[in-house]
Amino acid sequence: MALLELRDVRARYGAIAALHGVSLTVEQGQVVALLGANGAGKTTTLRAVSGLVRRYGEIRFDSRSLLRCGPESAARRGIAHVPEGRGIFDELSVWDNLRMGAYASISRRELKRESDRVLGYFPWMRDRLRQQSGTLSGGEQQMLALARAMVSRPRLLMLDEPSLGLAPLVVQELFRIVALLNKEEELTVLVVEQNAELALAASDYAYVLEVGHVAVEGTSDELRAHEGVRKSYLGY
Amino acid sequence: MLAFQSAEFVQQIVSGLATGSIFASLALALVLIYRSTNVVNFAQGEMAMFTTYVAWALMDRGLSYWPAFVLTLLIAFAGGATLERTIIRPFERKPPLAIVIVTIGLLITFNGAAGWIWGAEVKPFDSPFPNTTWEIGDVAISSQDVGVFCVCIVTVLALWAFFNLTSLGLAMRATAINPTASRLVGVRVGWMLALGWGLAAVLGAVAGMMAAPTVFLDPNMMLVVLIYAFAAAVLGGIDSPVGAVVGGLTLGVVLNLIGRYVEFIGPELRLPTALLILLAVLLIRPQGLFGHAVVRRV
Amino acid sequence: MRYAGLALKLALLAFVVGLIALVPRFASEFRLSQFTFVAVYFIALAGLNVLTGVSGQISLGHFAFVGVGAYTAALLMLGRSGLESYGLDPPGWLPLGDGMRGVFTIPLAGLVAGAFGYAFGLPAQRLAGVSLALATFAFAVSLPLVAKRFDDVTGGGGGLALPLPETPFGWDVSTRHWLYYEAWVTAGVIAVIAWLFLRGRAGRALAALRDGEIAAVSAGVNPTTYKTFAFGVSAAFAGVAGAIFAIEVAYVNPDTFPLSQSILMLASLVLGGMGSLYGVLLGALIMQFLPVYAQTPPLLHGSFSKESPAVVFGVILIVIMFVAPDGLVGLLRRVLRPMMVRLRRHPAATDETTFGTSRRAET
Repeated sequence: MALLELRDVRARYGAIAALHGVSLTVEQGQVVALLGANGAGKTTTLRAVSGLVRRYGEIRFDSRSLLRCGPESAARRGIAHVPEGRGIFDELSVWDNLRMGAYASISRRELKRESDRVLGYFPWMRDRLRQQSGTLSGGEQQMLALARAMVSRPRLLMLDEPSLGLAPLVVQELFRIVALLNKEEELTVLVVEQNAELALAASDYAYVLEVGHVAVEGTSDELRAHEGVRKSYLGY
Repeated sequence: MLAFQSAEFVQQIVSGLATGSIFASLALALVLIYRSTNVVNFAQGEMAMFTTYVAWALMDRGLSYWPAFVLTLLIAFAGGATLERTIIRPFERKPPLAIVIVTIGLLITFNGAAGWIWGAEVKPFDSPFPNTTWEIGDVAISSQDVGVFCVCIVTVLALWAFFNLTSLGLAMRATAINPTASRLVGVRVGWMLALGWGLAAVLGAVAGMMAAPTVFLDPNMMLVVLIYAFAAAVLGGIDSPVGAVVGGLTLGVVLNLIGRYVEFIGPELRLPTALLILLAVLLIRPQGLFGHAVVRRV
Repeated sequence: MRYAGLALKLALLAFVVGLIALVPRFASEFRLSQFTFVAVYFIALAGLNVLTGVSGQISLGHFAFVGVGAYTAALLMLGRSGLESYGLDPPGWLPLGDGMRGVFTIPLAGLVAGAFGYAFGLPAQRLAGVSLALATFAFAVSLPLVAKRFDDVTGGGGGLALPLPETPFGWDVSTRHWLYYEAWVTAGVIAVIAWLFLRGRAGRALAALRDGEIAAVSAGVNPTTYKTFAFGVSAAFAGVAGAIFAIEVAYVNPDTFPLSQSILMLASLVLGGMGSLYGVLLGALIMQFLPVYAQTPPLLHGSFSKESPAVVFGVILIVIMFVAPDGLVGLLRRVLRPMMVRLRRHPAATDETTFGTSRRAET
């Protein structure tokens, strides 16, 4: 059953059109990757789902349209969007960041239980709860953003360029945790990545965006075998 | 020459703290609005003045002081939040100087409206504190000063508690830090902004009502206080709430001491002197005492 | 088609210049003096435009520089002998001559004010946004007080009365007319200087700094030099305006330069439209006539307007900002744009991609 469905979605920033008709489907339980070069519209697609940008077309989450929902409502419906650049509250402590993750949907009582669950995936955070999050390393901040997104038990996690600026080992760890979350928390994941190799390894299905619409789609194996994809995005 | 008596010195400090706490309240209001909506609200003082007139009107109709005080705070809150939603919000994405002109326009409008509705003649304003002095050894401290200081500080502390101990307060802080990320976790950012203006209006109302007994009620009463509040906010760091409070108290005390002990600065030159001191501090530390140094990442 | 745009611009300019030249024929003496003030404000606002509109430094105290220029002109016109006849005892080191004709004081007032501005601008570079606004504010507040304090030079609170202007060379024109033309010719000269400045190296450097300081600095633009220079130039213009002001009014006094005039300057500039000289002109008209209008707005009746011009004025400011946040000039541009710009079509999204038309990757 399709958790997220986009059909012929157009989006624009003021007068400039960024998406010219994107159609894609994310099935429950899948990890789906969005690939493409800079400016292809990957980030815009996520923002269209969240409602951060003007969009037209059909966007359905759990069969219900998202078109009238702003980001606040999308969050309450179970969509967690970790934006480009992580979007942590750098002046707040690690713990306060996690609390903010619970803001919309978790009550005070449940907060302890949910945060414990999430900290289970990031045990190192337990000792750093009081630390100001702006002083964490890039990788730690990305983990915190992920943890914050997970506190509210989202159904869909949207990650925008999680590997940006991070060392390869850290990225590996990050995607290992994402895979774990996908398996253990029934979390559906839509991840935007410029690093095609990485994304294809981590996902079941992928869409390649070009100039605002989907150029190719397929399973990771299919795309890895596809000559065009290999030449333009995988480098061999 | 300085006629220095330690008893009088303490008295000057106490009364400086009282005036300073009024500056601190208004300065905190300015910082609150600046942090949450990135707007310098030139009309903050006039809004405070206007709500003080509202309090006066309520008391004129027979309400006793503290009920009028509380009711005025509620009205101020509602007024501030409404102002943000209707007049300030539309300018979020417009050129920054436009909102500067709008707040200046609000300043002029509130000033004129107060004079038009209630008349421009100076009115007395009741103080809830008795007109007595306490004697502690040699030192005579006016209960008016103590009362003003306590009310302002209690208000500031209540706000501190709100921001640091409640979820809503946390959400407001998060909104000021990163509005987009806040939306993505479900915070209704629009309401946070309105809330910020409402709380700032409450702070202003407290400042106005505490100042009125001493400076008397007239449409121009808060103009000079606003200038001092700005100076305090900038001194403390325009994005630092702690700075605003410390800045306000410091400024109050320093002004009092200078006015009393430095002979050639008469009453007319108090304001330029305060501003000069402020500028001197800024040249050494441009971000203010507690502000964040702007680090430019290239 | 390119020349059509240029021709249109020249036609507009000729129209405006023509209007200005013809005003004395149709206006009463009172109106004429009002329009002379418009010239004064035009020059002062042109200065503020360089500072705030182009180099992005907000000033809440620019009228103080007008005051500096006015006092400089006054002192030069009176000369040492004039001041002594007032019973004043100015210090010996001040280079006061024997008194000179008003006209010659204009450039000198500009230089003095410009020097003040430059001196102010140097330390001001360390301050950002709000702090800078506060510093200019402090300057404006202090100027009248300082003028009153040093009354040996400035005549203190009582001010200085200046010799009345006379039409030179015995021309058969009334004094009012002469002053009008003197003011507007100066305004024209300033406009040309401002236009050249904005198009020249300095102007472009300032605009680059305003729009993207880091990028501009990496391109080799020294922000301190240019921004301080901008302060100096803008103050110089204000000083020139002050000199004409002194000549026109024939009297200077500290209370003529209150803070509220500086605020009015900023508001007028924003309302007219920053960045363009036509905006500055509109701003000057607003600065002269809006307060007057607020006193007796033609469409509103009743005690409201009589007792509270402030409310009318404040509301007008807010309403105009809603309708035209980039000033009246900006509004006009937006309204006229469809007529003037050919729409460029965006490249249509094609179905062609790197991979041909088949979407699904088949193994």
